[in-house]
Amino acid sequence: MNETLFEAMKQSIIDGEAEDAERLANQAVAEGVDPLEAINKGFVLGLDDVGEQFGCGEMFLPDLVLAAEAMKTAVAILEPELAKKGTAREILGTVVMGTVEGDIHDIGKTLVATMLSASGFKVYDLGVNVAIGAFAEKAREVGADIVGVSSLLTTTMVRQRFVIEALDDMGLRPQVKVMVGGAPVTRDWVAEIGADGYSEDAIGAVAVAKRLVGK
Amino acid sequence: MNGNIKSITDPRLSLDILSQDDVQRLHTATLEIIEKTGVRFPSKSALEIWEAHGATVDHDSMIVKAPGHLIEEALKKAPPAYDLAARSPEQDLPLDGNHVFVGTDGCGVEVMDLYTGQRRRSRLQDVGEIARVADYLPEVGFHWVAVSAQDYPPESRGLHELLAIWQNSTKHVQTESVYSIAEAKAAVEMATAVAGSREALRKRPVLSIMQCTAPPLGQDGGSIDAALIAAEAGLPTGFMTMASCASTGPVTLAGNLAVGNAEVISALALIQLAYPGAPVFYAAAQTAMDLRTGAYTGGGPEDFLFGAATNVLADFYNVPLSMGSFATGAKEPNWQAGIDNSMSTFMASIAMSDMLLGVGLLHGSRIWSYEQMLMDCEIFDMVRQVMAGIVVDEASLALDVIGKVGPGGNFLAQKHTRRHMRQLWLPKYMDRRPYNVWEEQGDGARDWANAEARRILETHQPEPLDAGLAAELKRMIKSVETAVPA
Repeated sequence: MNETLFEAMKQSIIDGEAEDAERLANQAVAEGVDPLEAINKGFVLGLDDVGEQFGCGEMFLPDLVLAAEAMKTAVAILEPELAKKGTAREILGTVVMGTVEGDIHDIGKTLVATMLSASGFKVYDLGVNVAIGAFAEKAREVGADIVGVSSLLTTTMVRQRFVIEALDDMGLRPQVKVMVGGAPVTRDWVAEIGADGYSEDAIGAVAVAKRLVGK
Repeated sequence: MNGNIKSITDPRLSLDILSQDDVQRLHTATLEIIEKTGVRFPSKSALEIWEAHGATVDHDSMIVKAPGHLIEEALKKAPPAYDLAARSPEQDLPLDGNHVFVGTDGCGVEVMDLYTGQRRRSRLQDVGEIARVADYLPEVGFHWVAVSAQDYPPESRGLHELLAIWQNSTKHVQTESVYSIAEAKAAVEMATAVAGSREALRKRPVLSIMQCTAPPLGQDGGSIDAALIAAEAGLPTGFMTMASCASTGPVTLAGNLAVGNAEVISALALIQLAYPGAPVFYAAAQTAMDLRTGAYTGGGPEDFLFGAATNVLADFYNVPLSMGSFATGAKEPNWQAGIDNSMSTFMASIAMSDMLLGVGLLHGSRIWSYEQMLMDCEIFDMVRQVMAGIVVDEASLALDVIGKVGPGGNFLAQKHTRRHMRQLWLPKYMDRRPYNVWEEQGDGARDWANAEARRILETHQPEPLDAGLAAELKRMIKSVETAVPA
């Protein structure tokens, strides 16, 4: 009897319609549908479908981002219901990320955050121009598995190293993995500063993050 | 006029890419964006200037909303033409709407080593060596900082880069690599020393400054502060939008032009409000996001259209344009690089963009290749020849010779042929040899470009910077380094 609802949920994600997803999530709550089932049998299937279509070139990055935003809206409504039942959605890992101090470039970092979040990571996005110490402090506070550090400028990229040092100083390494990103970042740089992974695009970043948490 | 520097001038080709109506609509839309949505200026000095001139300023969000008349009035004060001065005056570049000059690209982070062919991180030595090769090449009119001197500290890196270029070339330097107050002040001081005095620098600016906007609808605070300092000293100052369709700008080309235009003209207006009459230029390198990876593509039809359309906007505001061309996304000098860089350069040239940026970088302006640099120069040379068009006059019609040779003869032995043959374009890096020669030699454009770059680097001696002056410039850099707490 919930099949129609689940199908509509899946479709709302495929269509990237956050308003539909929101309405359907609220409907599920009102009708007492198990929130975990709504996520796993409804919304997540839509995300899988979008992922497949993206993989074979039928869908593009904006489709992915719209689907991820719709997913986020639905999960935000259903998560408190899960909490009430004393359960939680299984997450792949916790990620703290931001663009490093002195750098205001937002889009790459935000895109990675969106993709990670849609893929099942819990993401704390600290925004742009983030102080070196703030990464490590937040990582300790939330028990992060991964810290992601973004920079677009060659002059701010050097500070990615300082974030790793700050994590070292707080004794959080090597448990906390570090991903770096941004246009000037190269494989050599990643090796030199002892980061654990990087990717040139957001799709690749999800794969790297999954590898780092062993999923 | 400009030493041996090659430029496109007196073009015989033109293109109608935007009608007057189109331009007016883009302008009106841009003013509406600036007035209603606003542009973020995260700089205290900038916000104060805007406020003093009656713009609406939100100090928390740092968003400025300025009425259209304020922007229009300010832009009217910008000089329509001026020169970019070189260390040697015969290499000065007139930005007068009738010249297209090429610079090196910037600011790469890796270099394909000229000798090993291996890719490695860029360093100060590369900045100097690239400048020396660029100094030699007649196609290169001026310098950008081609790659980042990553072996020097961030707070003074932009200054070391400037010195390295001045030590290796007499041509004009436009830095895109100075974006803090301390560095901008020192850069002005260094340029003053090179020019001789503050007044001399104002008359003949040997340095110009290019800053990037932060699309959509934002500016970088350090960049704005640095530009204000440069403008105060009379250095030509430009702002470049790199708004990217579907990510940092609307997916549609007109919308993307409007967003980028709002960023650039609001910044230029700010400079005019602060220093009326200061030389400014429009700069742009818009592109379309790659739909699969989200990457800045640095090529493709959208880039080519932007290349031509943006100069129509710059002309509308009557300021020079520095246009991104050559910015291929190709990973090595190849088919893609050839197409991207030819088309983008042709489209930006046919619209007579004053400055083209620039030769030598691959992978969306990230990896320096000397081979690509020389092949890019060849592309420019070819475009230059095309832009010269077809001259129809008595000598070029050659009726006498046609009569003399008659049906079935040939023109090889005619004096008319010898007299005019050097007008035909000759490639340096295209392979027009017989097939068997190619088969036996097994070499090609990249090998020849590599050999030529080595030859230039090993033999070209640029006019050195006076030793006393060089020492003075080093002291200026040092003072910035010691002023910064460790």
